[in-house]
Amino acid sequence: MTKASTARQAAPQKRRKIVSLDKKKARAGWLFVLPFVIGFLIIYFPVIFDSLKYSVCEFEAVQGGGLSLDFVGFKNYQTALYEDANFVQVLISGIKQLVFDVPAIVIFSLFMAVLLNKKMFGRAAFRAIFFIPVILSTGLIAGIDADNILNDYMGSNGGIDDGSGQAASGAAQIVSMADFTWLFRNMQVGTELLDYVVGIVNNIYGIINRSGVQMLIFLAGLQSVSPAIYESCSIDGASGWETFWKITFPMVSPMILVNTIYTVIDAFTAESNTVMKYIDKTYESSTVVATSMSWMYFAIVILMIALVSAALSAYIFYQKRD
Amino acid sequence: MNAQTTENTPKITRETKNKIRVDFERTSLWTRIRLKFLTANAFGKAIWFLFRLILLFGISYVILQPFYSKIASSFMSREDFVDVTVKLIPKHPTLDTYKAIIEESGFFEALLNTTVLSVTTALIQTFICSLIAYGFAKYKFKGAKLLFGLVLLTMIVPHDTLHLSLYMKFRYFDIGIGKFGILSFLGGGLIPGLKLIDITSISLINSYWPLILLSLGGLAFKNGLYIFMLRQFFRGVPDELEESAYIDGYGPFKTFFKIILPISVPMMITVFLFAFSWQWTDNFYVDTFFNDKGPKLLPDIIMIPKQLDTDYAGKTLFETAIRNTAGIMILSPLIVVYLFCQRYLVEGIERSGIVG
Repeated sequence: MTKASTARQAAPQKRRKIVSLDKKKARAGWLFVLPFVIGFLIIYFPVIFDSLKYSVCEFEAVQGGGLSLDFVGFKNYQTALYEDANFVQVLISGIKQLVFDVPAIVIFSLFMAVLLNKKMFGRAAFRAIFFIPVILSTGLIAGIDADNILNDYMGSNGGIDDGSGQAASGAAQIVSMADFTWLFRNMQVGTELLDYVVGIVNNIYGIINRSGVQMLIFLAGLQSVSPAIYESCSIDGASGWETFWKITFPMVSPMILVNTIYTVIDAFTAESNTVMKYIDKTYESSTVVATSMSWMYFAIVILMIALVSAALSAYIFYQKRD
Repeated sequence: MNAQTTENTPKITRETKNKIRVDFERTSLWTRIRLKFLTANAFGKAIWFLFRLILLFGISYVILQPFYSKIASSFMSREDFVDVTVKLIPKHPTLDTYKAIIEESGFFEALLNTTVLSVTTALIQTFICSLIAYGFAKYKFKGAKLLFGLVLLTMIVPHDTLHLSLYMKFRYFDIGIGKFGILSFLGGGLIPGLKLIDITSISLINSYWPLILLSLGGLAFKNGLYIFMLRQFFRGVPDELEESAYIDGYGPFKTFFKIILPISVPMMITVFLFAFSWQWTDNFYVDTFFNDKGPKLLPDIIMIPKQLDTDYAGKTLFETAIRNTAGIMILSPLIVVYLFCQRYLVEGIERSGIVG
């Protein structure tokens, strides 16, 4: 804030005082980011502070519009961890889901971005279709879609609805486990990979829906790779496969980090996220416990982001710029 | 086909005074086709082309099918949901579902309110985010890195985590931390004897102010992402452009408004599109900041109208279809906007040249 205050002091002085260009630019910079600074100090910081405070307090609405807060230490965290029967399980399964989903989304969006980057017939139309989920399948609509039996029903070939809503489950699966068991039987890869692949294929709608922004970011990255590199590569006789691994992949590797982090954050708050759902449910019965739960979940996700970026940044290739 | 008509030597004909026409002998059509298409390379390409086409069509189908099923089911009448033979095309097409929702939910009121809210917040967010992003992109000042770290922090901490405290902040709005705020100081909340005004806080619930204030501070939904995108874009704008403006006597702000803003319109349309549509389909903030007494917004219209008798054999399916119809009604204006603006979405992002 020191810079901003000097800027304010300097303003009333009409006499021209010699100020170095750097200082002038620094002042202008502060003025530009001022909305964020003010917003952060007035709204965001107190909100974060309050949220942390609520997570260590007992919270009660008093008759007549007030509220009472009693400091209880880590009781809420203990309640969430030890007394709540399901939270730890939900948390572990949610994080497992995250670990499985993130690579799938990043790989899928990279693949689609490479595909959509090539010149071909109907590229504009395909791009327009592929970015529909970014705009349309968010928030409210994702909420409607989350347990939508309509698609399953329309995709099934039979099955009258018996009122339970379970009419067409099973028909919605694109591939059955049996197909894959048959495929993987002789591959000696173990059932974990099998489960993973089946899970991804059957969840393709969710993955497509959640990889729109990532695709955009990858596309932007691919566009910034100079065509001259590809040209010289093809003159040297590299195949498409080699070009991808030697040129495209290193060039977009910074984007892989950005996208991985974005995907983790996005998956963390997604409507379909089981942990978030559980926390929302707890919020209705006990707000403070829900707050402490979400802080714990957040801490784990931050830890994951730190681990992922530490692991990935060793392999990232930064093109020398300027 | 020239190949059949020409002789072995190039045929030169004089067409006009200054123009001659030279016809060369061409390889026969069959040879050309054979050399071009009957090779392993061409086969590989054809297979890849087919594979790509099938993949793209398949994924497009996966994306578009839910929209189709929403639209189709919205025209179905109650009987169609128990009829096994009716799947994709309604047998008794009807507009009853639409009529019932429009009559009972106050759709147009919600539409108007949400339009006002979304346009306002999206405009503010686009403007504020580009200001902030420009500051980060073009000026070096002490603490810039720390501040940008804070921007990333606001992006990483999801607002769901702050659900309760966001509500409390705007339910008892005050400038300050915890109990210690300006209004509570003036209202006698801190020192019992000192009481200048009657209130200790303002309730902003059920007004647009919480979202507008968040937008003004660059703190609303995914604003960190917008700031990041715009910052990358402004970094790509050559410095010479601003330097020449400075030489012409423009100040930083005049430069920003007269030089930078006009050239960044496509990028800003991208950001506006994001902000607008994400506010349009948002239900988290609407749930947090508005209750029954507030203005009617689009999430409120997802309900089962009473005049539609759903107590019937295909009840679950019918009610889902009604919810989906409401979804389609919410989306329809957005689809129109998307059709006109989707070009900018890709172009704007491409031009930003985001590089981590």
